Amino acid sequence: MYSAHALSIAIWLPILGGVIVLATGGDANAPFARILSLVVALAAFAATVPLYTGFNHHTAAMQFVESHPWIPAFNIDYHIGIDGISMPLILLTSFTTVIVVIAGWEVIKTRVSQYMAAFLIMEGLMIGVFSSMDAILFYVFWEAMLIPMFVIIGIWGGPNRVYATVKFFLYTLLGSVLMLVALLYLYFKGGHSFDIQSFYSLKLSMTEQVLIFFAFLLAFAVKVPMWPVHTWLPDAHVEAPTGGSVVLAAIMLKMGAYGFLRFTLPILPDASHELAWLMITLSLIAIVYISLVALVQEDMKKLIAYSSIAHMGFVTLGFFIFNAQGIEGGLIEMISHGFVSGALFLCVGVLYDRMHTRSIRDYGGVATRMPVFAALMMLFVMANVGLPGTSGFVGEFLVILGSFQVNGWYAFMAATILVTGAGYTLWLYKRVIFGNVVSDHVAALQDVGVREFSFLAVLAVAVLVMGLWPHPFLDVMHASVNHLLTQVAVSKL
Amino acid sequence: MTVNMQDVYLAIPLACLVGSAVSGLFGWAIGRVGAHTAAILGVAVAFVLSLLVLRDVAVFGHSFDGTVYTWGVSGGIPMEVGFLIDPLSALMMVVVTFVSLAVHIYTIGYMRDDPGYQRFFSYIALFTFAMLMLVMANNFLQLFFGWEGVGLVSYLLIGFWYTRESAVRASLKAFLVNRVGDLGFVLALAAIYQYFGTLDYGGVFAIAPQLAKTTIHLTPDLSCSVITLICLLLFTGAMAKSAQVPLHVWLPDSMEGPTPISALIHAATMVTAGIFLVARASPLFELSNTALSVILVIGGITALFMAFLGVVQTDIKRVVAYSTLSQLGYMTVALGASAYSAAIFHLMTHAFFKALLFLAAGSVIMAMHHEQDLRKMGGLRKYMPWTLVTTWVGALALSGFPPFAGFFSKDAIIEAVGDSRLPGAGFAHFAVMAAVFVTALYSFRMLFLAFYGEPRMDEHTRKHLKESPAVVVIPLVLLAIPSVIAGWVGVRPLLFGTFFGSSIRVLPQHNVLANMALHFTGRGPFIAHGLQSAPFLLAVLGFATAWFSYIRYPQIPGLVREKAGLLYEILIRKYGFDDFNDLVFVAGARAVGRVLWKVGDVALIDGLMVNGTARVIAWTSRIARRMQSGYIYHYAFAMIIGLVVLMTIFLHH
Repeated sequence: MYSAHALSIAIWLPILGGVIVLATGGDANAPFARILSLVVALAAFAATVPLYTGFNHHTAAMQFVESHPWIPAFNIDYHIGIDGISMPLILLTSFTTVIVVIAGWEVIKTRVSQYMAAFLIMEGLMIGVFSSMDAILFYVFWEAMLIPMFVIIGIWGGPNRVYATVKFFLYTLLGSVLMLVALLYLYFKGGHSFDIQSFYSLKLSMTEQVLIFFAFLLAFAVKVPMWPVHTWLPDAHVEAPTGGSVVLAAIMLKMGAYGFLRFTLPILPDASHELAWLMITLSLIAIVYISLVALVQEDMKKLIAYSSIAHMGFVTLGFFIFNAQGIEGGLIEMISHGFVSGALFLCVGVLYDRMHTRSIRDYGGVATRMPVFAALMMLFVMANVGLPGTSGFVGEFLVILGSFQVNGWYAFMAATILVTGAGYTLWLYKRVIFGNVVSDHVAALQDVGVREFSFLAVLAVAVLVMGLWPHPFLDVMHASVNHLLTQVAVSKL
Repeated sequence: MTVNMQDVYLAIPLACLVGSAVSGLFGWAIGRVGAHTAAILGVAVAFVLSLLVLRDVAVFGHSFDGTVYTWGVSGGIPMEVGFLIDPLSALMMVVVTFVSLAVHIYTIGYMRDDPGYQRFFSYIALFTFAMLMLVMANNFLQLFFGWEGVGLVSYLLIGFWYTRESAVRASLKAFLVNRVGDLGFVLALAAIYQYFGTLDYGGVFAIAPQLAKTTIHLTPDLSCSVITLICLLLFTGAMAKSAQVPLHVWLPDSMEGPTPISALIHAATMVTAGIFLVARASPLFELSNTALSVILVIGGITALFMAFLGVVQTDIKRVVAYSTLSQLGYMTVALGASAYSAAIFHLMTHAFFKALLFLAAGSVIMAMHHEQDLRKMGGLRKYMPWTLVTTWVGALALSGFPPFAGFFSKDAIIEAVGDSRLPGAGFAHFAVMAAVFVTALYSFRMLFLAFYGEPRMDEHTRKHLKESPAVVVIPLVLLAIPSVIAGWVGVRPLLFGTFFGSSIRVLPQHNVLANMALHFTGRGPFIAHGLQSAPFLLAVLGFATAWFSYIRYPQIPGLVREKAGLLYEILIRKYGFDDFNDLVFVAGARAVGRVLWKVGDVALIDGLMVNGTARVIAWTSRIARRMQSGYIYHYAFAMIIGLVVLMTIFLHH
């Protein structure tokens, strides 16, 4: 029997732990702050494991549900619960945070406790987003999680961090405001309830649905990010410290995609069908256009950021073709992308810590000095290329299968990433890792240490396990995805 | 003691995987000997067990089709990893593990001084694992896993010497061109999944005849048979993997990799995966005459035009590489003529003699201190007797002289395509016939240039010339034996017998081999017939031309080069495929990417939308700021104006 508060613990443990880490104060206590953060991160990860082991695969109903009145005057509840769609994302969040804490270990030398605390608090808030069943609670978590991220980029970021932070802030704020309006509309339209599940049964005219659809779209599309509201991401990644990039890519981008599944599809089934063409078009543009843009990037982080956008195009494509392969493929792609892009940003971080440059042209011949690193990065590169046997293949493949059933040309356009994705990823790898040693700096490189090896190896195992045996990952989704498909198939008009 | 055959099936690929993992992950600890022992042991076990399986299948008639584990389920359709053991896969397993074993042993000698010794063994053992998973698959998805696995190892091995720009470039090119094929393959998987509801061979092939009339709309006006679409998409994959024009461009460049893998991967096994795929999917391809015609034409073009390129190459490995392209064209033509057994038969004999030729070339290259230019060789016959004899065997087998292995398989293909009545068969027949002459010409050109005539190398190299060590010579001999006898042994069961049974399906109206079987009265008469037919005469002619041009009158080639300058230029430029691809696809994609980035992202989205929005806000606020000047009379003036306006409005209503 699992604790009735398992989900609350998963949310609040890292937040509380983060506050305690914050209390350790200045950098005099940095060693202690690091160890404490790792303990908290591991405990927080352990706290999410029961959500998987105790999860019932056979029901689409919300599990681990807790509900308490929060602001009774407006019927706002502290109402949380998870299903097969959110549960894997929560585990991804707690897993990634452990990695990020280890990755920041020696690299962050100033304001260590604040850095670690920001990630731990952010972890709790992000898990909150994935668990909220009350729209206002969701909105609070949704906005709150951005604050630690602004702080992380704004304090530990690169030289142009202010521009990047402001751009990021304006983009997301603009998106979120309309979402709040939509939520309020749904509140008044329904029985004055913010219960997300009560929205599902709300009758809405096509006009209402379309307007709400666009309000949600702006909020979610910015986060994903979808073309053409994607330009904040490369800037944010470039300026963010490694840990920030990892969380941004691995988890924060998934928020928007998650929003489509939690809000748009079940609340607005008719508008979703009506506007599927738009979503599919934007997704395919992301895949084709962004891949070509990725090809010409000179900055490693920018390249991976563009690659992220292209891969997220697969996610949104999968969601708006309304079949099991598409949605499950999209979900799998989200998790896989969490591992792979996270790992790639960590790889860039490993190089950056040594060379203090992200420009591809400063590299070449790294393999001769860092063979272990080169081998690990090769695996992640291949996963990014979508090679079977790695996690990257599973989601792309399922989405292609799903989209072919709707229209063969969609599948064809999406599948061009097989060529273009291999092009930009392997060309990056070739220029950085292969060839002759180009400079004294490269010649002086040391291979990965134990700490770096440990987090890359853990991710390598994750990438391989998920690629060779995605069954357990898919299995937990089936019931919820099938339920979602029935929801989106029923008209609300 | 009873052995559970299912455990044997599983043990075969896993032995290779373990060998690879041990030599790769622990190579630093167990050293060179430990690494090659682990890898060779794994592959040797796989070879012995594969022989057992072949016996079990061929003698006792057993077969197996079952799941190992469920990879994943989506939309209620399971996708599995499983094995199909039947004559086709059993034969392929033996060929793959045998050639792989020979190459493993050879590598001990060839890579002796290389710092990446352990890594190399890990890769080739991994390759063997992936190739086995490919041929043993019982469904299209797992075939694709193996397909991509061998592609990965091919990529890693072409770029094995990763500090060489040319090697790294070639590896990237190989991967990308193969990805174009994979694009087709993945779409084929999607189409199969949609129309058949399963990816298992058994299920797909059982339903295929019912879907023969189903069509799919490509555009509102254009529709096409589903089976044809699937076959053409699958064949796109096969074209890349098996290097058919125009997706052949990666294979010649793959010669940048170490020679053992040119033999194993880029001649004997991986590049034949496309041939295997089509043969495996024969129940589908049989239902589409359109697809078969396309295959005939593509195969014919490859067989003939790639053979021409072999004649002008000066790098010994590239001669063999173009020969491989041409021979793959032969196999493809056989597939198009529905002579699947002939294609697989040629695949097998070719695996032996082509691996032999590559390893012999490698032996020469070692003796020459890694010089690959034929113009700097000559006269090697005095120094390298074993290499000389085995190269002769390889060249004779390749050119199709009876009774060597290549004669049987090549003759069968030529005759089969001659009997085919599909559109394109006439061209394909002409192409494979003409290519016989060219094949003999380039094969013996290479042999004569390397081993005969005056030595053209520098004095230092000449002084150190010697036969290669036993670990190199033994694999040559091991491969020379089947290069001589495999045709003689295999022709009856594989080509005209019932060996393949139900693993290959041919419609009666396509069954050209059955017609030939009616006239087959034995191997002796088959050879006698061959000696009187055109292909043999062409081969002799090719041999004679080579002898005249490179031994008797060595000045001829230079004269021809001068007289036929344009033709020579076209051949040296490889018909311009590389130039075209570099210009249109490589440079084109980057130019488009740059425009999309600089114009789309930077100028339009960021410049106009994002910063534009910010500018509009800034501009509005500047106006607003100016209005809040702080002077009382400004505000008073504004109030009066406002009052006047309001009053005017009210009075008029």
